[in-house]
Amino acid sequence: MKCQHCEKPATFHITELTEPSGPQVMHLCEEHARHYLSKEQSTPTSLVADHLEKQLKLGQTAEELAELDQQECPVCGITFYEFRNAGRLGCPYDYTVFQKDLEPLLINIHASREHKGKRPTRLAPSADRQAELIQLRREMEEAIEKENYERASEIRDRIRSLESGQSDTSSDL
Amino acid sequence: MDPKLDELAGQCGEWLRGTGPESDIVISSRVRLARNLAGFPFIKKCSPEDRQAIERTVRAKMEKLEQWKDVRYLMVDELSEVDRQFLVERQLISRELADSEGARAVAIDPGEQFSVMINEEDHLRLQVMHSGLSLQEAWQTVNALDDLIEGEITYAFHSKFGYLTACPTNAGTGLRVSVMLHLPALVITRQIDKVFRSLQKISVTVRGLYGEGSQYMGDFYQVSNQITLGRSEEELVQQVSEVIPVLIDYERRARRFLVEESEQDLHDDVSRARGILCTAKKISSEETMHYLSKVRMGINLGLIDDLPITTINKLFIHTQPAHLQKLRGRTLGSADRNVERASYLQRHLADSGPGGAAELN
Repeated sequence: MKCQHCEKPATFHITELTEPSGPQVMHLCEEHARHYLSKEQSTPTSLVADHLEKQLKLGQTAEELAELDQQECPVCGITFYEFRNAGRLGCPYDYTVFQKDLEPLLINIHASREHKGKRPTRLAPSADRQAELIQLRREMEEAIEKENYERASEIRDRIRSLESGQSDTSSDL
Repeated sequence: MDPKLDELAGQCGEWLRGTGPESDIVISSRVRLARNLAGFPFIKKCSPEDRQAIERTVRAKMEKLEQWKDVRYLMVDELSEVDRQFLVERQLISRELADSEGARAVAIDPGEQFSVMINEEDHLRLQVMHSGLSLQEAWQTVNALDDLIEGEITYAFHSKFGYLTACPTNAGTGLRVSVMLHLPALVITRQIDKVFRSLQKISVTVRGLYGEGSQYMGDFYQVSNQITLGRSEEELVQQVSEVIPVLIDYERRARRFLVEESEQDLHDDVSRARGILCTAKKISSEETMHYLSKVRMGINLGLIDDLPITTINKLFIHTQPAHLQKLRGRTLGSADRNVERASYLQRHLADSGPGGAAELN
């Protein structure tokens, strides 16, 4: 049997079980098998892109995707489109904003959507308080840029008071 | 070049000590945790001020810790290109941390067992490296380090998704367990692709190691867990721990097969490799890795008995581009490095004989 990509004999017969369309058998020469297998050692970005692609093929239409892509995190300003391209999220609050679309992605990657394991003893502040902290930092930088130092120092004090009250707040982000 | 790093250059580093369980095949065990501070955006959306604030916060909190007093703290953005590359070769920082921009740092313990990267892809990357197969111990060390830091810093954590990371591929535990293996016989017998395939079916990934440029380094492979969410840290460590003895067994069988079927060819191959390393007048880093790998296997198979494995392990790291320049004390272009590398190899291999292996500086 010949390799399905060239004239060389196929010495590798790979059955891919994870394709959405069902098991797929590939017949490849050593060189193409190596190439194919090396794709599996992909970077996190391409891994995310691949999984998202599968997810989108499964359930979403082009219009739904376009709509999803425009969704934006009110805290860090990242759009789903940006995340899809870079494979990196913008802030912890994205896990809350994009939860509906991240959950199937997490299942694709990890075959699970529930953390099992270590939990910090120091509780993280609530999602809203964390979002507020991130936004306040932004505002402080803007105030400094505009040389409005009075406003900047007010914001700094607010950040400090939020940070010092962190440990007694809820852990639910 | 930073003089603080000169002392490190002369050492070998914990993970290349060449000791520990199964160290003929297992080079090192590495466990890392990805963590982010609550109340800050992830790195991608950090302003330069955010990066500085994160770096300062982490440094100030860590300095309070008793365990931190001997740690070497380096601002990566203030290091020269050679020094950054040196830390990458040493596996103390990632290529990503070396190449990115803005405030970023690394804390390294004097024994090079652990390092903490600040402002890499995540705010914190804690890693522990051990020589040989020692995953449980490495996990316990990194876990204790995490507990210490977590006592001072509030991490971004979600009750459902666990530790929140910039890339969802690390969410949950943020744990990556990796073992670096030397598998020359599986490469020679062309069994390595089969091994790749079988591992992919159980959510374990294999990566080749890359040298200078981008050439594929055939004989060294890193095996790690793919999943980080939905299983406990202990389960993930266990998953990788279970697969390694199987790989060791495959490699040993392939080595036995080679000795039984073609000992003369193998001996010839190993001797030629040693000959080239001892006599070349200029040699690239890829070629050096290739031949050192053969010599290393030759020692493990008893085909070479007058050369200690520790010498070879040290040569693997000391002949890397930035290490060579640090040891030489000046920057060198690629052509000069090839000449310097050949001369370095000659000095440390040619004179070695029974009981007389040249000591590396």
